[in-house]
Amino acid sequence: MTKFEIRGLRADVLISEDERQEILKGVDLTINSGETHAIMGPNGSGKSTLAYAIAGHPRYEITEGEVLLDGENVLDMEVDERARAGVFLAMQYPVEVPGVSMSNFLRSSVTSVRGEAPKLRQFSKELQGAMKNLSIDAAFAARGVNEGFSGGEKKRHEILQLELLKPKVAVLDETDSGLDVDALKIVSEGINRAQADSDLGVMLITHYTRILNYVKPDFVHVFSEGRIAESGGPELADVLESEGYERFAKAGA
Amino acid sequence: MTTANTEPKAHSHGLGQIPVSKLDTHGSYDVAAFPVPNGREEEWRFTPVRRLKGLHDWKGTADGTDETVVDAPEGVTFETVGRDDERLGKAGLPVNRVIAQAYTSFEEATVVTVPQSLVADKPITIDRQALGGTAFEQLVIDVKPMAEATVIISNTGTGVRAGSLDVHVGEGAKLTLVSLQEWDHDTVEVSQHNARVGKDASFKSVVITLGGDLVRLSPRVSYEGRGGNAELYGLYFAGDGQYHEHRSLIDHNVSNTRSRVDYKGALNGSGAHTVWIGDVIIGEGTTGTDSYENNRNLQLTDDTRVDSVPNLEIFTGEVAGAGHASATGRLDDIHLFYLRSRGIPEEEARRLIIRGYFLDIVNRIESQELRDRVMEKVERKLAAHE
Repeated sequence: MTKFEIRGLRADVLISEDERQEILKGVDLTINSGETHAIMGPNGSGKSTLAYAIAGHPRYEITEGEVLLDGENVLDMEVDERARAGVFLAMQYPVEVPGVSMSNFLRSSVTSVRGEAPKLRQFSKELQGAMKNLSIDAAFAARGVNEGFSGGEKKRHEILQLELLKPKVAVLDETDSGLDVDALKIVSEGINRAQADSDLGVMLITHYTRILNYVKPDFVHVFSEGRIAESGGPELADVLESEGYERFAKAGA
Repeated sequence: MTTANTEPKAHSHGLGQIPVSKLDTHGSYDVAAFPVPNGREEEWRFTPVRRLKGLHDWKGTADGTDETVVDAPEGVTFETVGRDDERLGKAGLPVNRVIAQAYTSFEEATVVTVPQSLVADKPITIDRQALGGTAFEQLVIDVKPMAEATVIISNTGTGVRAGSLDVHVGEGAKLTLVSLQEWDHDTVEVSQHNARVGKDASFKSVVITLGGDLVRLSPRVSYEGRGGNAELYGLYFAGDGQYHEHRSLIDHNVSNTRSRVDYKGALNGSGAHTVWIGDVIIGEGTTGTDSYENNRNLQLTDDTRVDSVPNLEIFTGEVAGAGHASATGRLDDIHLFYLRSRGIPEEEARRLIIRGYFLDIVNRIESQELRDRVMEKVERKLAAHE
């Protein structure tokens, strides 16, 4: 049983050397293992900042608050330590790293997170199976990390990493954006598999309710103006679907 | 400033004596044709002349010795020849005083010949270890028409070395030349690679510079017939206090010739300084030239210095393609973040990224063993500052 708690989190985006702007204005949220929390909100409300701040992106700086994984403050950890502790971020815009092959990268990553190098043959079997589940062609393993991948291919590879790394909590930042319905189904199945596999806690950041037909949330939170403006059950998503975010945008203004 | 470099030269378009280009340096076998450099000349402005160990104004005796191990496939000949051998000095004139000095002072030269139509079944390797002192050298690699060969020259050891490497790639022939500068930390090398690329011939050069205190290498290419293709790849990695200078010149003096120059460098450590000068001339009256040059530099630590100067001079309106690119930057912190966000420790993430950065250059080397050796050295240099 894992408890992931965000308490009073405030964070700035670092725009340039002497320019910054506060984006997160006190976020509180608790995710227990096995739970799925959908974070929904208008563009620019700070959803992605929340994701990046948790992972330790260099363009953001936490100014206040804490993020606890079973009582340990992950904000005191280096970026790679956070991942090894069991926090995973599926990025909205996965980064291309030229020249580093996907298979090399995944093996290094799995080795670091599991604390020992998997046997080559075993790992290659595991990788092939995981790729097949996500309808990723085996040829991708030899390509550079995300290099020249389409948006959908990048998202599938983020979920591939989720399945291989088996974190305790996953922050999925608009994993659904830019996917057609088929790809959305494949990616959603991957998320559900990961959850069934290891009782994963999921923070599902999305702008649209579409993915919620495939990944069922236990809780829905509306994010506005850098904080959670309202929380509820799955029915809140339906309200947002029919009414939009206007009410929250106004409330914040 | 008058130097030997700005005189008009005979250009090979059949148009007689015309001043062509500031880049198209004139050159001379005569030391006296070049004034003693003081470091302010265009040619020398980046080079720390004081660290040349007297090469720029040579008054000593050449007392250097080498231990050289050669391995060549059947049919390839190695000859040691005297100064009067007519095959010497035919691929290009010395373009600076040090190279002219080497041409004036060498006593013996080596001529490697790959006979006509011979397709060498394994690389010709020349493992040379410098055992101290100063030595002036001339090496000629003559690949006869329709022959194919790979030559791997590995330079290690300590000393001061200067000279020319002349390459002739005959009509329809193919040569891959790998030159590794893995010198000890106190070695000084000033050298010039002259390649003459024949009709429909292919020349691929891979220069790997990792060692030495000061390495200044000038690869130069000119063509003898249409359809000639030259690809120059380079990898350099300067650590603490090291100076690496590479200055290439491609002279598209003949129509329908192609060239690619791609040099990538990294700097890691206090006072590391690299220079890349990439000159391309597309000669008057030529047509159908296809040329591109690229230089990338990665500054891994502060107090390093990079100079990168691409020059392109075009004297014709009929060019198939010509361009250049140069970029210098730091390790991308977003790349690092991405790898680290997957649990990979920073040190390893850096290693993976640097490996990736150099990969396309290293992959130009056919031998897996040699590729591994280069990458291992690169990683060792990287680890020196972690």
